[in-house]
Amino acid sequence: MKNLQEICPNCNKEFCKGLWRQNPILIQVLGMCPALAVTTKAVFGFSMGMATTFVLVCSSLVISSARKLIPPEVRIATFTVIIATFVTCADYFLKANFYTISKELGPYVPLIVVNCIILGRQEAFSSRNNVLASFMDALGMGLGFSVVLVLLGSIRELLGFGTVFSYQVLGGWFQPWVVMALPAGAFITLGFLVGFFNWINAKRKT
Amino acid sequence: MPEKLYISPSPHIFENQSTPGMMKDVIIALTPAIFAALYFFRGKALILLLVSVGSCLVFEAAIQFLMKKKVTVFDRSAIVTGILLAMVMPPSLPVWACMLGCLIAIGLAKQLFGGLGSNIFNPALLGRAFLMAAFPVFMTRWNMPVTLDAVTGATPLELVKFGHNLDVNYWNLFIGNVSGSLGETSALALIIGGVYLLIKKVIDWRIPLAYVGMVLFINFITNSVAPETYAGPLFHIATGGLLLGALFMATDPVTCPVTKTGRWIFGAGCGLITMIIRIWGGLPEGVMYSILLMNAITPILNRVTRPRRYGT
Repeated sequence: MKNLQEICPNCNKEFCKGLWRQNPILIQVLGMCPALAVTTKAVFGFSMGMATTFVLVCSSLVISSARKLIPPEVRIATFTVIIATFVTCADYFLKANFYTISKELGPYVPLIVVNCIILGRQEAFSSRNNVLASFMDALGMGLGFSVVLVLLGSIRELLGFGTVFSYQVLGGWFQPWVVMALPAGAFITLGFLVGFFNWINAKRKT
Repeated sequence: MPEKLYISPSPHIFENQSTPGMMKDVIIALTPAIFAALYFFRGKALILLLVSVGSCLVFEAAIQFLMKKKVTVFDRSAIVTGILLAMVMPPSLPVWACMLGCLIAIGLAKQLFGGLGSNIFNPALLGRAFLMAAFPVFMTRWNMPVTLDAVTGATPLELVKFGHNLDVNYWNLFIGNVSGSLGETSALALIIGGVYLLIKKVIDWRIPLAYVGMVLFINFITNSVAPETYAGPLFHIATGGLLLGALFMATDPVTCPVTKTGRWIFGAGCGLITMIIRIWGGLPEGVMYSILLMNAITPILNRVTRPRRYGT
């Protein structure tokens, strides 16, 4: 039996890059559709992030273990079928256990099938790396996606409703900004977040 | 000009025109409208104007200082933005909302895009658009002029559009004795200011002419087709923010096209979008969105209407 170091020499790096250096939303700007559409409240961002992480990790595991069996000519179709399997699991799980959240997320959970983060990771990473490395990569990307979604959702919920995770933060004096609950608020908040992270990265480089 | 030998491509003729000088002319041109606002909306107008100009100056200086840029707060452009922003606000707007609008106008629309000269959208209008989206209730609560009565304060545009009340008093519209945003009600004051700007050549006559002409044209057609549904031929020019927008906002030299053809198209497009929103849209007023939308396509207009060089 080979030790961990040999199977996955850069495990740490594969995990961390999704959180910051190659963050799927802030740096790669992928998966905009769920990031903008469902983040009206922090809890929706959290559930969306968790569902995406689950699908990403599971399909990465399956695809990286079957990567030598998948014929390159039909790889996209194969990936999609595998991803769709796990999306269906996630969708039914949410419907069974968190019905109200599932209802609020609407079509965006089934739409994880076509989320470009997931297909992108399979194409760029899992189909050419071993299982452990793919697992770390998928986990990092999924968590990086979730963290940004929760951040987006929290900011929008705070300014749009005065609450965070349905917990009243701003008192009665606060006049909710209707725009933050609308799509325009998602674009404004995302723009500020991306700008802020670029600014931090530029600072770190110098 | 520096004293060393300076070699540059044409144009070689410079006009003695500076940003503070232009801004001074705009402020002078806005004075009649400011007085009209102070007369019709009294203390509310005074507070909003002072707060708006003050917070624009403070935000401009603070943001430039924080971004480690040269602090150019004395070029008067922040004052103009502040006055224009106050001009497009309803009199009963809370002071904190006015300050938030200033922060959006100066911070988001102006400084984040690179400061004066680099902004894509008119700062004052973007500030108003944000407030409109964030606090739709505050932004559509009007006061009657002079009495400041808020109960019956529907604007003339709202009355015609939702109340189907075509009995319009044109004299009141002309001098500004109607409800509406601070600076937009008095057509007379705005025209005086606009004529001053045109004489001083601070603004290009093509944009207001194309804008007003387009509105007049569509207004004339709709009114002659169905006079019982649509208001009379001058109604859409005298109401709402049209003159303020056409004379002071669409002509913002930063956000309008540089070519003559581009300016004709820009003005006509603003007029078209305004009338589409006013007549068929869900909102009573469309000046703000029309100018912002045309601002967005200004770079394209510049590229499309680039004049052909002689001989090519």
